[in-house]
Amino acid sequence: MAQDTTANTNPDPFAGIAPVKNLSGFEINPLYGPEDVKGMDFERDVGLPGEYPYVRGVYSTMYRVRPWTIRQLGSLGPPGEANKRIRQLVDMGANGISICLDMPTIMGRDSDDPLAEGEVGCCGGVAIDTIQDMRELLAGIELDKISINFVSNSQSAVILAMFCALAEERGLPWNLLTGTMQNDALKEYQAQKSYYFPPRPSMRLIMDTISFCMRNLPRFNPISISGYHLASAGATPMQELAFTLANGFTYVEEGIKSGMSVDDFAPRLSFFFKVHNDLFENVAKFRAARRIWARTMKEKFWAKNPASWRFRVHTQTSGSSLTAQQMENNIIRTTIQALSAVMAGTQSLHTNAFDEAFSVPTPHSERLALRTQQIILHESGAASTIDPLAGSYYVEALTQQMEEACEKYFQSIAEMGGVIAGIEKGYFQREIAESAFRYQRSLEKGARIVVGLNKYTEEEESPIALRELDSEFEKNKVAALKKYKEDRDQDLLRAKGEELRAVCKGRDNVMPALISAVRAGMTLGEAIGHMRDIFGVYREQAVF
Amino acid sequence: MSPKKTLRILIAKPGLDGHDRGAKVVARALSNAGMEVIYSGLHQTPEQIVNTAIDEDVDAIGLSILSGAHNTIFARVMKLLKEKGASDILVFGGGTIPKKDWTPLETMGVGRIFSPGTDTREIVTYLTETLPH
Repeated sequence: MAQDTTANTNPDPFAGIAPVKNLSGFEINPLYGPEDVKGMDFERDVGLPGEYPYVRGVYSTMYRVRPWTIRQLGSLGPPGEANKRIRQLVDMGANGISICLDMPTIMGRDSDDPLAEGEVGCCGGVAIDTIQDMRELLAGIELDKISINFVSNSQSAVILAMFCALAEERGLPWNLLTGTMQNDALKEYQAQKSYYFPPRPSMRLIMDTISFCMRNLPRFNPISISGYHLASAGATPMQELAFTLANGFTYVEEGIKSGMSVDDFAPRLSFFFKVHNDLFENVAKFRAARRIWARTMKEKFWAKNPASWRFRVHTQTSGSSLTAQQMENNIIRTTIQALSAVMAGTQSLHTNAFDEAFSVPTPHSERLALRTQQIILHESGAASTIDPLAGSYYVEALTQQMEEACEKYFQSIAEMGGVIAGIEKGYFQREIAESAFRYQRSLEKGARIVVGLNKYTEEEESPIALRELDSEFEKNKVAALKKYKEDRDQDLLRAKGEELRAVCKGRDNVMPALISAVRAGMTLGEAIGHMRDIFGVYREQAVF
Repeated sequence: MSPKKTLRILIAKPGLDGHDRGAKVVARALSNAGMEVIYSGLHQTPEQIVNTAIDEDVDAIGLSILSGAHNTIFARVMKLLKEKGASDILVFGGGTIPKKDWTPLETMGVGRIFSPGTDTREIVTYLTETLPH
């Protein structure tokens, strides 16, 4: 029998088995006890759910009264196909839908733009050029009942305009509309890189959409301040926490600067986090986020309305943790991540399908992802009691540790002149790229194990059927758009274009002009084109 | 024997897709392995990429694509290289490119496609073994 030669030479028999550091780089003690939470006053620092500082959850009854929103991705390239996917998900029990846009739409380009070639309807995103696409996408969906989350950023004002114009056509009052617009430009400059306008006009557009929603769409979240993309680009959970909150506070400052009172808009600010593989680190991250947000809103921004103190968050399992190798293992990863999001008290959850390292999910993998949430809700017991990990020495200590590390980042960001200055200096981009590289090195050195990737690897991969996209779609979409463009009242369109440009140059809210422009048939690419002319474009210094 | 030539590699992000984590990690790993790396930055057209490759006299172009538009983009880059008489530049790539597309891309003349999760040392080995230097 072959001898295991490593067994006796290694002084620590557990070395290399379980991680001794979490993803944020904190050492994990083998055991936690009362001394690790010394100085913590449970009543003051943790308290009760639904009460300041909201560590245990933003609502007093949490899932006992209302489960989290089971929100799955309902997009596909062709708007009509996406509509079918949305209906299937709703039939299977989803009560929230996320809509991703295709790359051309994300970049403010119509399907017939030369830069869009080969990318129309790709990436599982829907191609939205016109209000007609919005009609097809949302046909038959009850927009006051099913919460639609538009994963839309730089083009959010135009997407919101189409959404409002569509509701109007259907006779549905805007104040009944529910859903979310991602609309978070800061993280675009930091990580996702789908920007075109410079930071200043981006902030103006965001404030316009927030103040428009405040007055007209009180149930709609006009922004979802996102850590997810920071983490996907490589940020550690602690960096995700610190940068997301710093971005959140920046929006609060901008809102106040634009003349709104903090309690008017802060209750509508919502967040978006990623959950990674480390279950406890996830829970600590959410709990710390709620405490920091509540304290800062109350003590620094003088918010008086408790709704302004509540850190409400949508969560998605980690796409970047999925491996292309032994893809079925991703089902287990997603389950652990989803479980942690529930134990962390998320308001809404999106579970990824196991084949997403390679393609848009198949109906089979998509159903499994949805059922994962239903099993956690109905069978696991994790949803039966609020904040089930509270009082755990480990989780409370980790929550505190997260908070302390965050404060250090806030100081550095303040010293460099705030978030926008940090972006312009490439600070966040460098921090994130550094973490991504360090993570890759830890995999390559074997310091961190990913099953099936750098340990327990297999030569032969079991074949898995991937979803095929309609190769004719782009051609058909471009042709349909051409026809649509010809059929419009060209004089009216020109007038709407002039009106939009004038509003962009001035200080009035852009939303009314945009709504009337899309109603007149202005395409997304045309609207963004006018805005780009006035606002200019942003170029980043490419660093690696 | 001539002195060892330092390999020059262009890591490029074509198209509209902004997922630059992989491109940056690979750029850094190649640079740490002693290669001279030029990173294109985001949103490059195939024309810009090929022009940069020729201007910078690189030995290879690594295309990072996570948008699903790989078939269109690789084809365009290969065609432009041929038109400009620069087919000696090796083209390789990575990103979310399903295995079934690997063979057609290789037939097109693309060197190697690296799957998500590839050890960066594998890319270094591939380049040092494939490129004359």
